[in-house]
Amino acid sequence: MELEIKNGVVFDPLNKVDGEKKDILIRDGRIVEKLKGKHDVIDASGKLVMPGGVEIHSHFAGGKETAGRMLRPEDGARTVYPKRNGLRSGSGYSMPSSFTAGYLYAQMGYTMCNTPAMPPLFARHTHEELGDVPIVDKSAYPTFDGNWFVMRYLKEGDPDKLAACVAWFLRATKGLVIKIVNPGGTENWGWGKNAVGIDDPVIGFDVTPAQIVKGLAEVNERLKLPHSIHLHPNNLGKPGNIETTVETLELCREVKSANARQTVYLTHAQFHSFGGDSWKNFESKADELAKYINRCDHVVCDTGNVTLDETTTMTSDGPMEYFLHNLTHLKWVNKDVELETAPGITPFIYSRKNPVHSVQWAIGLELALLIDDPFKVLLATDHPNGGPFTRYPRIIAWLMSEPYRRYYMEERVHKGAQKGSSLATLDREYTFSDIAVVTRAGQAKALGLSELKGHLGVGAHGDVAIYDIDPAQVDPSKDFKAVEKGFAKTAYTIKDGEIIVKDGLIRATPQGRTYWANPVVDHELDREMLKDVEQYFKKYYSVNLANYPVQKEYLKRGREIQIDARDVK
Amino acid sequence: MKEIILKVISQPTVGLEAENIAPKVFACKSSMEIAGLPIYEGNRERRLGDFFDVSGEAGEAEAETRIVIEGDVRLTKRIGQGMRAGEIHIKGSAGMHLGSKMRGGKVTVEGDCEAFCFQEMRGGVVHIKGNAGNYLGSATRGNWRGMRGGTITVDGNAGSEIATFMKGGKIHVKGDCASFAGVHMNKGFIVIDGRAERRIGAEMIGGTIVANEVEAMLAGFKPVETVKAPEIESEKFTGNYKKYSGDHADSRAKGTVWVKIQ
Repeated sequence: MELEIKNGVVFDPLNKVDGEKKDILIRDGRIVEKLKGKHDVIDASGKLVMPGGVEIHSHFAGGKETAGRMLRPEDGARTVYPKRNGLRSGSGYSMPSSFTAGYLYAQMGYTMCNTPAMPPLFARHTHEELGDVPIVDKSAYPTFDGNWFVMRYLKEGDPDKLAACVAWFLRATKGLVIKIVNPGGTENWGWGKNAVGIDDPVIGFDVTPAQIVKGLAEVNERLKLPHSIHLHPNNLGKPGNIETTVETLELCREVKSANARQTVYLTHAQFHSFGGDSWKNFESKADELAKYINRCDHVVCDTGNVTLDETTTMTSDGPMEYFLHNLTHLKWVNKDVELETAPGITPFIYSRKNPVHSVQWAIGLELALLIDDPFKVLLATDHPNGGPFTRYPRIIAWLMSEPYRRYYMEERVHKGAQKGSSLATLDREYTFSDIAVVTRAGQAKALGLSELKGHLGVGAHGDVAIYDIDPAQVDPSKDFKAVEKGFAKTAYTIKDGEIIVKDGLIRATPQGRTYWANPVVDHELDREMLKDVEQYFKKYYSVNLANYPVQKEYLKRGREIQIDARDVK
Repeated sequence: MKEIILKVISQPTVGLEAENIAPKVFACKSSMEIAGLPIYEGNRERRLGDFFDVSGEAGEAEAETRIVIEGDVRLTKRIGQGMRAGEIHIKGSAGMHLGSKMRGGKVTVEGDCEAFCFQEMRGGVVHIKGNAGNYLGSATRGNWRGMRGGTITVDGNAGSEIATFMKGGKIHVKGDCASFAGVHMNKGFIVIDGRAERRIGAEMIGGTIVANEVEAMLAGFKPVETVKAPEIESEKFTGNYKKYSGDHADSRAKGTVWVKIQ
């Protein structure tokens, strides 16, 4: 099957193509230099052509996501997608159901999505659900923040076995990335406590959050994983947490990167950039974090924008969700996972009239505008925690248009945002090329998948998004509404050379790939480590070890990334 | 005000989903057009005229339209959903979800109404001359924002869990009330002229309930005082009433329950 996309205005930052008129040729699902025979042609003249979008952090499928849907039938009733044109029905405003999530992402031009917090015990569920998310390629990040094996090997000072153990967990859960959520805090939550600073002890293990972060960052590089550690630091969402954030990032400065990329990925940075010491004198410290990230090369972050919607917050950070529940008195679910982590879920209403929420809205944008290199600050709302992913077009419009931001600043949000942040003083506006970085190229690069994803060079997957925006006609600064509308639904979404979406309507729903990492360590070491695992399973887990790992065959279209790490002995 | 009359021809064995029976939809339409409106029998699309004989004339606007339903429509759901003005008069018994999310206008039911009627109502006047089912004027499943305005009067009895998460408005039940009246109530006013079953006002954090007789009060309610002929929410009551505050199962408890001393 061959396809030619003619005359589009192409933005492909990884190949340094910045708005040139260029033809894209796809054969057998890959981008090629030449086509051989008869082929379909898409005329994209006057349209914006970008690589398929890559979502690096979105809770769209998994254990707590399902619990969140069950907790909020009223959210399901708010938006209903009827069965139509051969598509499955679905529902949910802040938490669209699995099939619908795949459709909505494809309609926005996204072709890869990653679910960023999979408790290892929920891996089987997560992969079952990922199998029900059509079109997009995906992966899951297993959480290691409160993992008893990890903390035990850290305490015993056995970095080799720790590496072997992490490799085993990635293999067993078919995960791609080491995710750390509130390190140590989730284990302490089992005792009704939290870990606020990086030196707070973890009850029963005699290790600290700092040791967990640093230990896992080193393991990550020894195993040569494609992505760095994916970190949600301690103390999320509390006034004055900027100190903890910077201290945590500083831990990874000396770690040597194996793959010439960042060594720590700070996720939803907005929630970690708070100043002040109470909600009364709460203020933005985005400038401080931005300054830090501008000065160093080992950090990449995503914004975690707040979109001022009614949403459902869900993290693996159980104590934080309880804290939120106490603020709002809304319903709440605690979903503790034995030996591993402790997610929680509660609804949250971000209000335009609330000074704190308005400052949070400003922080997300400030970070994107204050960090100079767009490859270091990616666009995400931490769906659904800051807002649903369906709001991305609006965030893009905010980033591209100073007047649009000013309109919100002056007329829509609380005046506290002007006092508590520096957003009003920022006049930077993103270009289409910057947008291509923060929504696809940067994501693919940070994930370490930039050979296949996030660009339109020869050899890349044939994933293309064509938007009905003519960069020659549209001035994003003035026509921000046109930008918002243009990015909401693609003219075409092409996945592996197949036309999936045409004029915003879905025409095909193929199964996407599921990527997972398989770092192979020294055989002897692996055997020694497994002895400990067996012992622990017998003693503590409610699950039998034989039933725990997810089989390769279980993934509908698994793609193993095998890594030779036999030098870990 | 102009009138449209719907005469029941037949009622199916499965429920009809009929949110199209509303003044806003009928306004400016001829009786022919109204008979052609889609309604759902289970998952099958049918015409309104298959089940009702339509006559009369609709008004120019929602507020100018009165709908009279002659016959028993116990299996017709969602009549008057989201109505903002106009009038509905049902000369029989009504089905589930009648007037849910209603914001204004007037609804009268000569017979009984089924469960889940007038959920999350925000305004309007309702008179049910028979009995009301469970979840009258409550919040929809999962929601913590229930009825916010309007008044509902029930001449007969009401079912369980009426006015859950109530945030405003008034419900007056002239008969008895099953258990959990006003559970999670936040604001608003409930008057029960008859006897209320157990767990009245469970976990209420605000609002006022007046009951003639209560089977038992929950442990979370504290007696405050006894008042003779009290005036509650600017309404006068005769006899001696005992005032309770609660429900202290929640730390924010600021609700009040008045129970008549027999």
